[in-house]
Amino acid sequence: MKADVMVIGAGPAGLSAATEAARHGLKVMLLDEQASPGGQIYRALARNTPPPAGAPDILGEDYWRGRPLLDAIDQAAVEYVPGATVWTAETDPLTVGYLKDERSFLRAARSLIIATGAYERPVPVPGWTLPGVMSAGAAQILMKAGGAALNGRIVLAGSGPLLQLVTCQLLKSGAEIAGLLETTTTKDYLAAARHLPRALRARDLLRKGLEMRRTIKASGIRVHKGVTNLQCHGKETVDGISFESRGKPDRIEADLVLLHEGVVPHVQMSRLLDLSHEWFEPQRYWRPVVDEWGETSAKGVFIAGDGAGIDGARAAEASGRLAALQAAAQLGALPNAERDEQAGAAFAQKAKEQRIRPLLDHLYRPPAHIVCPEDPSTIVCRCEEVCVRDIHACMETGCDGPNQLKAYSRCGMGPCQGRMCGLTVSELMAKQRGVTPDEVGYYRIRTPIKPIPLSALAAMEADEEVVAS
Amino acid sequence: MRTGASSNSARYDVIVIGAGIQGLSSALQLALRGRRVLVIEKDGPGRHASGVNAGGVRSLWRHPAEIPLARASLEIWRNIEKLLGTDCRYHSNGSLRIAESDHDMARLDERVAELAGLGYEHEEILGQNALRALVPDVAAHCRGGLYSRDEGSASPFHATWGFFERAQSEGVTFLIGNPVSRIERVGAVWRVHAGANRVEADVLINCAGAWGGELARMIGDDVPLEMEAPTMMVTQRVPRFLGPVCGVVSRKLSFKQTGDGTVLIGGGHRGFVDRDAEIATPDPRKLALSARTVSDVFPMMRDVPIARTWCGIEGMTPDHLPVIGPSVAAQDAFHAFGFSAHGFALGPIVGCIIADLVTKGDAELPVAPFAADRF
Ligand SMILES: Cc1cc2nc3c(=O)[nH]c(=O)nc-3n(C[C@H](O)[C@@H](O)[C@H](O)COP(=O)(O)OP(=O)(O)OC[C@H]3O[C@@H](n4cnc5c(N)ncnc54)[C@H](O)[C@@H]3O)c2cc1C
Ligand SMILES: Cc1cc2nc3c(=O)[nH]c(=O)nc-3n(C[C@H](O)[C@H](O)[C@H](O)COP(=O)(O)OP(=O)(O)OC[C@H]3O[C@@H](n4cnc5c(N)ncnc54)[C@H](O)[C@@H]3O)c2cc1C
Repeated sequence: MKADVMVIGAGPAGLSAATEAARHGLKVMLLDEQASPGGQIYRALARNTPPPAGAPDILGEDYWRGRPLLDAIDQAAVEYVPGATVWTAETDPLTVGYLKDERSFLRAARSLIIATGAYERPVPVPGWTLPGVMSAGAAQILMKAGGAALNGRIVLAGSGPLLQLVTCQLLKSGAEIAGLLETTTTKDYLAAARHLPRALRARDLLRKGLEMRRTIKASGIRVHKGVTNLQCHGKETVDGISFESRGKPDRIEADLVLLHEGVVPHVQMSRLLDLSHEWFEPQRYWRPVVDEWGETSAKGVFIAGDGAGIDGARAAEASGRLAALQAAAQLGALPNAERDEQAGAAFAQKAKEQRIRPLLDHLYRPPAHIVCPEDPSTIVCRCEEVCVRDIHACMETGCDGPNQLKAYSRCGMGPCQGRMCGLTVSELMAKQRGVTPDEVGYYRIRTPIKPIPLSALAAMEADEEVVAS
Repeated sequence: MRTGASSNSARYDVIVIGAGIQGLSSALQLALRGRRVLVIEKDGPGRHASGVNAGGVRSLWRHPAEIPLARASLEIWRNIEKLLGTDCRYHSNGSLRIAESDHDMARLDERVAELAGLGYEHEEILGQNALRALVPDVAAHCRGGLYSRDEGSASPFHATWGFFERAQSEGVTFLIGNPVSRIERVGAVWRVHAGANRVEADVLINCAGAWGGELARMIGDDVPLEMEAPTMMVTQRVPRFLGPVCGVVSRKLSFKQTGDGTVLIGGGHRGFVDRDAEIATPDPRKLALSARTVSDVFPMMRDVPIARTWCGIEGMTPDHLPVIGPSVAAQDAFHAFGFSAHGFALGPIVGCIIADLVTKGDAELPVAPFAADRF
């Protein structure tokens, strides 16, 4: 049966959107590929409990703050389907295809709220594909998923609030941190400074950031700033990382290297639907174009949360509510005047959360040497093992766009559907051609956005509304 | 996109519209025969059907009218490296039509009898054991097959690009990114408007693929043509298990393993076409149909993940045969379009046919069944 509102993603944005939509009597379906709700920030929250008094709170108070969202979804009249991976979607009519328990389903909806969040920007440095090198977020997932202790000497490298957070979480967990290599430069600090006055109006967020810095400083771990030329070394697995800090070459031995250069919106779904996107220069990513409610260039299709641009979990929650309110109004379940009245608090919360963003966006600007790797042997596409040199070679023989590059080199054609190389490819081609990444464009994204086993595709169950075609 | 030389109002012997495999092959053959050729392409070489098809180079199961062309084309494919300087990843692993029932087997008998009457012997019937020996992973219910051993497949991208590069090195000029919007006859000269360009030639060739009908109308020919979007899917890599390009007698399927281990699945299910945006998108319901056929015929494929899907835009004629030959309404104009989802294999020979028609006024191969006025 057709859903009034279909929500994809059960992070803070999707949870609040689904709860809000259900409050207006709408038939709501919430799909998420994880086994339990919470998204990235509140991952596995339902299965974790706060530590007893006196024990270290590794994940921190912000993590436990997701509890009310989970309680609300429990009580709401929402059809929540965990373990459901969305692999296709269509507008006109709105249709969503997902994979669950080795079967595929095709469901119709009147409104679609995409709340698929963000993922970590790939950090293509030499050696980044070695076992023992992973993203900071991946390490955090291990911590959230049941406190798997991270053993050995750990080096963290890159920039961004999440890098700081994971460093602090690791410190609390008693992990052995051999170094924190920050790619942030003095120039970034200066560029960020002019956004400080606005950030001062988001005092508690600012305070938290400063607290993390203090924790790191007080811990006495080795910290290098303005780091460039990162290279992971090792034969079978990583055994060290070399770099330059303020022009001086250096190296730290490590058993685990955690790379991170911020998070970027998941645009697979919005690209699949061919929605309008815009290039966000400060953080060098594409984001879907949305209005104040999160509605995209396609009527009745909304993006809520970090998938529309990185504003953080609390803003995600507010934007989920806003999308649901507008969907409810469009579906005739809520008069516009009431929509506006109920939206006030969410607009205010979102605006408040956004005040710190210009500061963060400029302070943690991904460095050029990371977004556009220079070493010719650096692997760009992990799935098909295409490196910088191969891409340059293809361009020399006349290939000038990401889609053509696929045919030339298989770059972007592996199981990750180009998520791990898409941004880097656009950046590399832009630099080579002397234009902006926006002019070069991004891979055309096609069904399936996640690989789907043939048998699951064969065993498709479709809503009546979507079978005819 | 590299554009060779661009030109504002230059004069050529021949203008070819469309840089798909038919246009590129025609341009190359004309250049090899000493003609000054301009190719006009609205998007990019191989951007449409020619660059994204399944790459099947097959004469098996073709309409009898196409067999002489397909067999002659095969000769060129086998020596494609000599012509283009690249092997286009052409592999001669044979093509196979699998019979799932007695009824299917009966159709194979009819087919072989029909071909024998026409003097062809390249399609041979395989019994169940021979089928199993050739494709050990085929499902137990499959009864046999029809096999043509001396054909195979090529990489559409590499082949199309190979023709493009060779045509360039033979002096063909390209005007890329310019849609032809108007064609005038000025005395005995064709004047073609493409983007901001105005170019002239003595002879005009319409190789505009799915847009061939529109181009034909510009010179006064009315040829019925539907735009359709055949769909492809490709799996993640699997260890080598399959040699020939496989089809199934009574269902829509084309199935083959590429050199890198991925499996290409096609066979004619149609996606959605957005005519204005010139984009085609796969229909998930049709993907499910294809997936069902594959898991019936090759059960070992069931757990293999589908990695990507896509569609290409193709021109379909009412009888699913291409239009090849002179214009009906105009002098010094020729068509080669509407290949109805199986024209990739014919590309190399179509270029020769067009070049013969232009330079000699006649083709060596029988092209009467493809006349533009047959509808
Ligand atoms: C690895 C990682 C860790 C992070 N950790 C923190 C943290 O600890 N603290 C913090 O403040 N911020 C963190 N963030 C930032 C994060 O973006 C938060 O701001 C917040 O989680 C965003 O909320 P959201 O609802 O927009 O998306 P998310 O919380 O990311 O939720 C999106 C949900 O969509 C689901 N999804 C995505 N694609 C599909 C699909 N195709 N089919 C089905 N489901 C799908 C995902 O499984 C996920 O549950 C993290 C980000 C990442 C990438
Ligand atoms: C998914 C799929 C699978 C297929 N599998 C096979 C197979 O296995 N074996 C096989 O033999 N065949 C196959 N085919 C069919 C084959 O791809 C086509 O028949 C063949 O490529 C047609 O070539 P073409 O040059 O006529 O058309 P196209 O490649 O479409 O080229 C026509 C060109 O004309 C250009 N054009 C159109 N209008 C204008 C204008 N006004 N101005 C300028 N330029 C213009 C277009 O942009 C286009 O590039 C398949 C087709 C598809 C879509």
